[in-house]
Amino acid sequence: MRAVVRVEERVAETPTTVTLRFRYEPDASPGQFVMVWLPDDDELPMSLSYTRGTLKGVTIKAMGETTRRSLGIAPGQRIGIRGPYGNCFDPTPRRILVVAGGSGSAVLAPAVEAARALGGEVTVALGATTAPELLFRERFEAMGARLVLATDDGSAGEKGFVTGPAERLLREGSFDAVWTCGPEVMMRKVVSAAGAVGLPVRCSVERHMKCALGMCDACALGPFHVCVDGPVFTDRQLASAEDFGRFHRDASGRRRPL
Amino acid sequence: MADLSVDLAGLRLRNPFLLASGVWGESGESLAGAHRAGAGGVVTKSIGSVGRPGYPNPTIESYDGWGLLNAMGLPNPGIDEYPQEIAAARAAGATVIGSIFGADPGEFADLARKMAATGVAALELNLSCPHAEGYGTEVGGTPAEVGAIVREVVRAVRLPVIAKITPNTSDPAALAEAAERAGASAVSAINTVRALAIDVRLARPVLAHGLGGLSGRAIKPVGLACVYQIFSRISIPLVGVGGISTAEDALEYLMAGARAVEVGTAVAFEGIGVFGRLASGLSVLLDELGLGSAREAVGLAHRGAGRGAASPA
Repeated sequence: MRAVVRVEERVAETPTTVTLRFRYEPDASPGQFVMVWLPDDDELPMSLSYTRGTLKGVTIKAMGETTRRSLGIAPGQRIGIRGPYGNCFDPTPRRILVVAGGSGSAVLAPAVEAARALGGEVTVALGATTAPELLFRERFEAMGARLVLATDDGSAGEKGFVTGPAERLLREGSFDAVWTCGPEVMMRKVVSAAGAVGLPVRCSVERHMKCALGMCDACALGPFHVCVDGPVFTDRQLASAEDFGRFHRDASGRRRPL
Repeated sequence: MADLSVDLAGLRLRNPFLLASGVWGESGESLAGAHRAGAGGVVTKSIGSVGRPGYPNPTIESYDGWGLLNAMGLPNPGIDEYPQEIAAARAAGATVIGSIFGADPGEFADLARKMAATGVAALELNLSCPHAEGYGTEVGGTPAEVGAIVREVVRAVRLPVIAKITPNTSDPAALAEAAERAGASAVSAINTVRALAIDVRLARPVLAHGLGGLSGRAIKPVGLACVYQIFSRISIPLVGVGGISTAEDALEYLMAGARAVEVGTAVAFEGIGVFGRLASGLSVLLDELGLGSAREAVGLAHRGAGRGAASPA
């Protein structure tokens, strides 16, 4: 389904990230994404950061030109939405380690909410370049998740990449499952560390996307298409996708190292 | 069990169902996946001399189940980046047909040589994309243009050359005739039908490019009419394209005169498993109708045509 909606609310989450809330009826589950059409500009895939009820939301980080412009969208402006597309996180594991890097929290926050609502114990290893960029820090705290922070500059939590505390937690803690979203090189490390202790991983993967219908091949990842086979993949699936954490494809379909 | 294998311009295909160009054809692993799903052959995304990102999004509008409107804008990595993808598809055992697009006969011939060097089994010339400035229909919209491009490509390579023609003209069969005269081994028809969608709340076209091409079930009768008309005017084989999602759709195309068919939009609505379902469905349908093979069905609908049933010229 496709609709044109008005932005109801705009929340500046971090210096480079905003959330846009809008009314959109179709049911959605944490992990799914929508195609967001910014008229006269472009249409991009965005994970839903708010999935419950009709007041949905996407959380956009300034990465390229269109996302930078999208930060300027004001309440009342009209945007196009189609979807939701893709699969979702299974919220039933009891003890979950969540590893979120950068804007990865956008898709993981509603998933953690769903797990907490079922009584799951959740530890979130949250990483960013610097303290003000720790996305959804308060939201995770409000859910009752245990937070472990890491920043590149050491302004909050441990200094360094979030993979450091994540690897330690995996060695020390007892978890039933690992969820991760963030830079692909980070996710690849998480998958490998979780594999070393025999834990299953679910990764939310991003690829250049055009049709979102499993047709145009822009988001091909090994034998998969992120739009219809993902965006949430198992560690086993990713083992058969040679490009994961190594290569992506640009808009022309050209394979480039990450 | 009816025999599904067909010969197409020297290619022996295990069944008549080809993956249409533009669908799943950017990566070699996807082409391999279509082969594993049961496609008789796979046609690559149309490849040009240099990489193109294609148009900005939105590039697609879905009419759930019955059609897709697209203006992708011929995104492709460029011929020099593409041999690795063909190699991956061929390693999986796929019969690969390389689709190319150029701005003039010389560029087509140059691309044809490079594509032939990748080891593809045949070439398909995109003379029919309805929405790319300087390519597709804009360079293949008249018999003279089709003839000039096909002639130059046929001179340049030894491979079978399939000319994919547009329905967006008053006499598509004249384009097919020009392709045959110029030495094409086969003709595929049709490409998408030029079309438009408007969002009334925003009062503007939905697709970033404005105009696009319609595919899917909505255009099946259009494609059938083209194939039916062309069949009686050329003697080289035809590949039917447009709105095929069931075995019966495919058999209609065979009876109209197609030797093989291409399937694209059905992949979006039904997944790649559609190839397996089409092959098993066609086998059952041919058995039911007492036809021993897919080959026997080709052109059957033309028997008895003539008593006031001639195609409207």
